[in-house]
Amino acid sequence: MEKIKGKVWKFGDNIDTDIIIPARYLNTTDPEELAKHCMEDIDPEFSKKVNKGDIIVAGKNFGCGSSREHAPIAIKACGIACVIAESFARIFYRNAFNTGLLILECPEAVKEIEIGDELEIYPEEGKIINLTKNKIFFTKPLPPFMKEILEDGGLIPHIMKKFKTQINL
Amino acid sequence: MKKRPMTLAEKILSTKLKRAYVEPGELVEVSVDLTLANDITGPLAIKIFESTKIEKVFDPEKIVLVMDHFTPNKDIKSAEQVRICREFAKKYQILHYYEGGACGIEHALLPELGLVGPGDIVIGADSHTCTYGALGAFATGVGSTDLAAAWITGKIWFKVPETIKFVYYGKLKPWVTGKDLILYTIGDIGVDGALYKAMEFTGEVIKRLPMADRFTMANMAIEAGGKVGLIEPDKITLAYIKNRFKRKPLTLKADKKAQYVEIREYDVSKIDLLVALPHLPSNVKLVKDLSEKIYIDQVVIGSCTNGRLEDLAIAAKILKNRKVNSNVRCIIIPATPNIYYQALKKGYIRIFIEAGAIVSPPTCGPCLGGHMGILAKGEKAVATTNRNFVGRMGHPESEVYLSGAAVAAASAILGYIGTPEELDIKWED
Repeated sequence: MEKIKGKVWKFGDNIDTDIIIPARYLNTTDPEELAKHCMEDIDPEFSKKVNKGDIIVAGKNFGCGSSREHAPIAIKACGIACVIAESFARIFYRNAFNTGLLILECPEAVKEIEIGDELEIYPEEGKIINLTKNKIFFTKPLPPFMKEILEDGGLIPHIMKKFKTQINL
Repeated sequence: MKKRPMTLAEKILSTKLKRAYVEPGELVEVSVDLTLANDITGPLAIKIFESTKIEKVFDPEKIVLVMDHFTPNKDIKSAEQVRICREFAKKYQILHYYEGGACGIEHALLPELGLVGPGDIVIGADSHTCTYGALGAFATGVGSTDLAAAWITGKIWFKVPETIKFVYYGKLKPWVTGKDLILYTIGDIGVDGALYKAMEFTGEVIKRLPMADRFTMANMAIEAGGKVGLIEPDKITLAYIKNRFKRKPLTLKADKKAQYVEIREYDVSKIDLLVALPHLPSNVKLVKDLSEKIYIDQVVIGSCTNGRLEDLAIAAKILKNRKVNSNVRCIIIPATPNIYYQALKKGYIRIFIEAGAIVSPPTCGPCLGGHMGILAKGEKAVATTNRNFVGRMGHPESEVYLSGAAVAAASAILGYIGTPEELDIKWED
């Protein structure tokens, strides 16, 4: 996985999936269309302000609420490269991995990062460098199984690899 | 063989895996008994499934597609989403495809049709799939990719969750229902209080609690971050599934010495009618403790949380021979066609219409701000639904207050958030 470098957009606790992508826009699965409305209800200009490679930093329970996979899809499609949070809601956590959105759990980092800070992230090492504040943080290592999914490029390529071996037998 | 005492969640997983035991934290892969998607998550799962070029689903009888969110189709895009699901169902001979007059709100419809039962492993691309925990099913919400993967393999991976046990004892006060119990619980532990964990609801109150209330409680486990919300199957469960559920139920119980990460006990005689204020389901207050009158514009009685016949019965009891306040739109949504029909036979629908309420066809509609009752800027609604997040029912500056059917119906008459007691309506009448 490649190094990420970008500017921080910071949010609080319990950012729910209705905030990330309001249900009224769920009558499509088009990533570009969904991206336009990402975070709209708390920051109407969000999708226009984000630059490719930027990073969301948030508090506890990020992505709580609905199971809509449109949420990580919208975040990724509007250019966000990674979400760092104190904790993630469980369905969002799975969905992010499955759709290839990098997410990192790191309460220590969240406390010391402010909006506009520039970060450099080394996903393999779980290393977060706050270039603005000159501080380094390390995330908890990924469970090996989750790492395997990421390395295979998401859940579908992962199971297809296994499934194809099975049907060839 | 080594054994360890297990919680209900651990018991279901280990039994399904044909293993002596499982332990919290371990990753397991289990076969699914049922998978579910709706008109929002279905099209995405179908897109992902079709991208694999696999021509066969694991089992067409174990896939359920319920077109309940933006239906009756609210616009062209929604109609297209439903068309994608309909064509997929035809192509893969999906037996359980529900649309039009056969369609109800998924989490009320599936138990009613007997498609889920005790001991089942169920995944649904809808976060309220945890509702079936009321039947003792290990049921949880997933995203469309997890669902599409299960359509291929018939399997899903889980981390075995730790379990929090909730024990409810004492005597329920008049009008207090499962909705108040679960709001109280979420208010106590917070919206991430059960994050990644199984919630097990037990105690003498739960043993006496009717199925409708049990469904309401399990339904909102996700609102505390829970993976599943489980209730041990008992006589009440078996009476409910009789003549509905065709497979053999797996009625498991938690072991006496099971290890819980936490045990919380609640004396329900201290719990009165509750409301969750905007914008979190944990922001719970006693209705009688509200410091000022909160005037409302809309009431919604319905949803997968509280759109069952029992909820409509409470609403009918309160609305009978009374009028909805002229400043309030009261929308009542029977959760399934059968509930609608039963409500008609019992005279509830007539009561609602005479009171000046609106009766909607079964749909998730306003609960998620889809259609059939969207709020304007600054408007306030009391709803028997499950979420009161920012913009959940419409404009980002509108507000949703969550309650059970009693507070919702009483508020519809009063014009502000209140209880049936303020109208001198007795529970016993």
